[in-house]
Amino acid sequence: MAILDFERPIVELEEKLGGLRRYAEQEGVDLSDKIARLERELERLREEVFSKLTPWQRVQLARHPDRPYALDYINRMTIDFLELHGDRYFGDDPAVVGGLAKLGERSVVVIGQQKGRGTKENIRRRFGMPNPEGYRKAMRLMKLGAKFGLPVISLVDTPGAYPGIEAEERGQAEAIARNLYGMAMLPTPIVVVIIGEGGSGGALGMGVGDRVLMMENAWYSVIAPESCSSILWRSHEKKEEAAEALKLTAQDLLKLGIVDRVVPEPLGGAHRDPEGAARTLKEVLVEELDALVDVPPEELVRRRREKFYRMGVWEE
Amino acid sequence: MKWFERMKKGIRTLTKRELPEDLWVKCEGCGEILYRRELETSLWVCPKCGYHFRIGHKEYINILLDAGSFEEMYAELTSADPLKFKDSKRYTDRVREARRRTGTNSALRTGAGSIEGHPVAFGVMDFGFIGGSMGSAVGEKFVRLVDRAVSDGRPLVVVASSGGARMQEGALSLMQMAKTSAKLTELSEARLPYICVLTHPTTGGVTASFAMLGDVLIAEPGALIGFAGPRVIKQALGLEELPEGFQRAESLLEHGFLDMVVDRRELKKVLAKLLEHFT
Ligand SMILES: [Zn+2]
Repeated sequence: MAILDFERPIVELEEKLGGLRRYAEQEGVDLSDKIARLERELERLREEVFSKLTPWQRVQLARHPDRPYALDYINRMTIDFLELHGDRYFGDDPAVVGGLAKLGERSVVVIGQQKGRGTKENIRRRFGMPNPEGYRKAMRLMKLGAKFGLPVISLVDTPGAYPGIEAEERGQAEAIARNLYGMAMLPTPIVVVIIGEGGSGGALGMGVGDRVLMMENAWYSVIAPESCSSILWRSHEKKEEAAEALKLTAQDLLKLGIVDRVVPEPLGGAHRDPEGAARTLKEVLVEELDALVDVPPEELVRRRREKFYRMGVWEE
Repeated sequence: MKWFERMKKGIRTLTKRELPEDLWVKCEGCGEILYRRELETSLWVCPKCGYHFRIGHKEYINILLDAGSFEEMYAELTSADPLKFKDSKRYTDRVREARRRTGTNSALRTGAGSIEGHPVAFGVMDFGFIGGSMGSAVGEKFVRLVDRAVSDGRPLVVVASSGGARMQEGALSLMQMAKTSAKLTELSEARLPYICVLTHPTTGGVTASFAMLGDVLIAEPGALIGFAGPRVIKQALGLEELPEGFQRAESLLEHGFLDMVVDRRELKKVLAKLLEHFT
């Protein structure tokens, strides 16, 4: 398991505690006092580290190699998932997955940006950076949902759209723009969840919804903090400051009215307990869909558009 | 030469974003030395090689709209600083400087006007205003312009030029992509045409939202149009060079993402003809 710098003291204490427990069991000695003390210490340390994460630390958590990805959530939250492939124009983009599934009692269309686990799969999935075909596949599946009255769940997790030569030639910008337009008028409920990285237009291209939820340790912004640092500070060293300045955390975005709800993660982040994270998200999604499915489609679309029209702060 | 000597001689240092005010101008396309007057008459297109010089909001209003027809709307609307953003400079200082330099309050000017007698709702971006980047002010003005087009039953014509979303407003800028794109669904519902003219350069969040959503998409020759900028692509792919003509208007036309590439000197005529067909 990969360990981040600020996780290290916790992991070390956990290892110590584990060793002590094993020793006590093997040797049949009573170390319960010592174990209890370490447990309290561990609890305190976890609270201390995770109650005051900096924005940059959250970015690191959002990118944690063991963090649950779209398919990890889909497989845990739903049953009978049938993956559907292809954009019907050019190809099938492995950086975007989608299909039909049952969430609770309800059939839904679920789409997601999919990172790979390990180098080989990551290369195949382009580290979760979609090509135009990914956005077009997502749109095709959303329209399928609308046609058969199924709500859409979109799981966003991308550093950004893929900056490739072919991606540009096949209309990366057009594909994203078309999705923004199409999602704004889709006559079925859309619930978006930023589960990890919400990198710029590449994320938003699957991010227009009646409800936009965000996992506690996800980030979402106009640009990644490293790129922002190199453009505005002309230095690669200012990523922490850029992360702070961009207001990219779930709590910040809730305050700015960009995110509707923050979904709590297990203490230490979703990667520490993917089961728990998926269980919470499933409950939240069922509740969100319950509130949306009876709204007439025209009303739904009207409200969704109004919600986005209100976004922004200006002076006049 | 010291600055006061330069002042005496009337020489100004050119900044990249301003049109040269000297008598003679060197063409960036063919290197030819051109007489400024002549260049103005040819709408800042090199008469020798057809190179399109970058021009600003005032020039496009003059070139495309009938004389005196432009009635500006929402001119006072400008950027706030919701994130209290400060990098090497304060965002508020960047905005103040851009306002002073461009003589306008945001990167998008909006209003009503006519093109060879056809009434339109008209928007023009200015790359000189923080790289034509889209923040909340641009998004809000775009939305109001569409509202106006719908309420007046006018077609929408927008001249785009932008480096993308405005970083200093964080996710609020990003949301302007969704806001402007969503609003265009209402223009479609009202069955009003939207023509977008993409000029050099149009990249990032503006391309990936309202600039690619026109019923008709026109670009000026040689305009750089794309989502990711060339530098980002080179860096991401570890390339020294990108293919010849990559992300240029002519290449987009070939790949099916533009309806036409039109010389600036023909632009008004083409717009007028399109409007005539639609109305
Ligand atoms: Zn020339």
